[in-house]
Amino acid sequence: MHTLELTVNGQTCRVEVGLKTTLLEVLRDKLYITSPKVGCNTGDCGTCSVLLDGVLVRSCITNALSVQGKSVTTLEGITEPGDIHPLQKAFHEHYGSQCGFCTPGMILASKALLDVNPSPTRDEVKQALSGNLCRCTGYVKIIDSVLAAADEMKS
Amino acid sequence: MSKVIGQRVTRYDGMSHVTGETKFVDDQVVPGTLTVKALRSPVSKGKIKNLDISAAAKMPGVAGIITAADVPCNAFGLVPDQPVLVSEDIRYRGEAIAAVAAVDEDAAMEALEKIGLDIQEQQAVLDPLESMKEGAPQVRPEGNLQMWDGHDYRQVNLGDVDQAFEQADEIVESTHLHPSVEHAPMEPICSLAVPHAGPKLTVYTVSQALYFHLGMLCGILQMEPGSVQCKQWKAKTGSAWRHNTGYADVNYIGGTVGGGFGGKNDIMADHVAALLALKTGRPCKWRWTRAEDLLYSTFRGAWHITIKDAVTKQGRIIGRQMTSIRDAGAYASLNPYVVEKHCYLGAGPYFIPNVRVRGYCVYTNKPPASSMRGFGITPAAFATEVQLDKIADRLGMDPWEVRLTNAFRKGEYTPTKRVLNSVAMIEVLQNLAAKAGVELPGHLKAMASTQERG
Repeated sequence: MHTLELTVNGQTCRVEVGLKTTLLEVLRDKLYITSPKVGCNTGDCGTCSVLLDGVLVRSCITNALSVQGKSVTTLEGITEPGDIHPLQKAFHEHYGSQCGFCTPGMILASKALLDVNPSPTRDEVKQALSGNLCRCTGYVKIIDSVLAAADEMKS
Repeated sequence: MSKVIGQRVTRYDGMSHVTGETKFVDDQVVPGTLTVKALRSPVSKGKIKNLDISAAAKMPGVAGIITAADVPCNAFGLVPDQPVLVSEDIRYRGEAIAAVAAVDEDAAMEALEKIGLDIQEQQAVLDPLESMKEGAPQVRPEGNLQMWDGHDYRQVNLGDVDQAFEQADEIVESTHLHPSVEHAPMEPICSLAVPHAGPKLTVYTVSQALYFHLGMLCGILQMEPGSVQCKQWKAKTGSAWRHNTGYADVNYIGGTVGGGFGGKNDIMADHVAALLALKTGRPCKWRWTRAEDLLYSTFRGAWHITIKDAVTKQGRIIGRQMTSIRDAGAYASLNPYVVEKHCYLGAGPYFIPNVRVRGYCVYTNKPPASSMRGFGITPAAFATEVQLDKIADRLGMDPWEVRLTNAFRKGEYTPTKRVLNSVAMIEVLQNLAAKAGVELPGHLKAMASTQERG
């Protein structure tokens, strides 16, 4: 076993991990942070997406020891008590979430986009979300939500 | 002012979805939970000659192993014909034979490798058209075709179809192949069973059909002493579907489903997780991998549909003969119900006064198919709409006109003689045309569902 030190949602943590432990397993099974989901465990569906030093990664194919000393943000980390992120508000109000299983990954992928491009076009949103699958919405409402959040954040 | 009518209403669970608070089955954290893995058949058809779990049971980290011998009532489903775990006859590749509960995934996987399994492989039948033939390899003892009232097909008969074909100006026939479709919900199949003191159990389920599955689960588990035994219940009613005793012993928690689309209408993991929880006395979670979910969960079965229509020069369909073959896979699941709905709505949203539909539910050595959005109606609609285009082609008519000419009107009836008093098919088509930028001719624009057919 090896000791992994990382910061999760602003909190420093120390956990024991094996050589093949994934970041997703650290988050879900050791820290009980359950918003990143196990959808495919092969890096194809995007439900496990988290931000690693602000960059979108698929935690199911990210080796835990490779994030030594880094900072991880999950959906829980962008929610302030009593206050939600404009992306969360927009996904709620514009029906960007149906069953909710892909939603954590979708919102983080959207945040990764808006952090570097506050005024994306529809096509840029599609491109940014191309690694995240959804089986309920047909994506239209998700893209609407991201564009609505971008508008809200500018005003 | 109403709070909801005419207003945009947000989802009741929307806020917890966007904050990540929503707890799906896999998100439930119960300390000490064991990981479940199943030994699945490597062949499509065969007989188990020997199954030896003794070495696997001694592996470090293993808390319990179950086989068919551990299942109190090893038959479930609509018919019920499906075993929880195979006792002897394997009917599809991937069918579960044994299941292990261990302290972690590695220990469970290592134990699976230690299970001794000797199978005599047999010739499988994978094509439903082959399975229907005389002398085809037998898929299940009940026969390769689902029976209905002494017939090996479900039939819906309305009017005099033979006479309609004599009166027809044109006869249009077409055959349609609809492939199988996997629902692929984002949340894979998952179950968490937690035992309590006494014969009590909490099961967290991904089920889309909580009360049906609660009944089935109670039937499989036979938890309540002195309750109606599953086999007696089956003998009495022909179905273990609504085995309505023992409910008090199972706390069945569900409703938070990460996408289903009809793919979580059958028990796939709850029975195994529950049996292992009862055997080990510890919480047991069985989460299928994405590969298991894609390969072995239920799916929309494939269809082979032939439609023959008696048509007048004016484009009226006056008779329809339809023969549909459903590839059901190895077990009934919801297949017979799917075929029934397909037959009832085989004429689509059109008034055809003479109809003969035969729906065959054919078993093959493949994972069981089941429901998916619309049950069997969607493939019937697909075949009907393609057929209507073919009729338009043959007659040199506008496809809009063929549809509007045959669309249901108020007071007309379906092939099962269900009279329709609230009908809007014509108006829907007119709206569709407008939205698609199609300018319908005046006589089609003037049509209305409330007009009596001339």
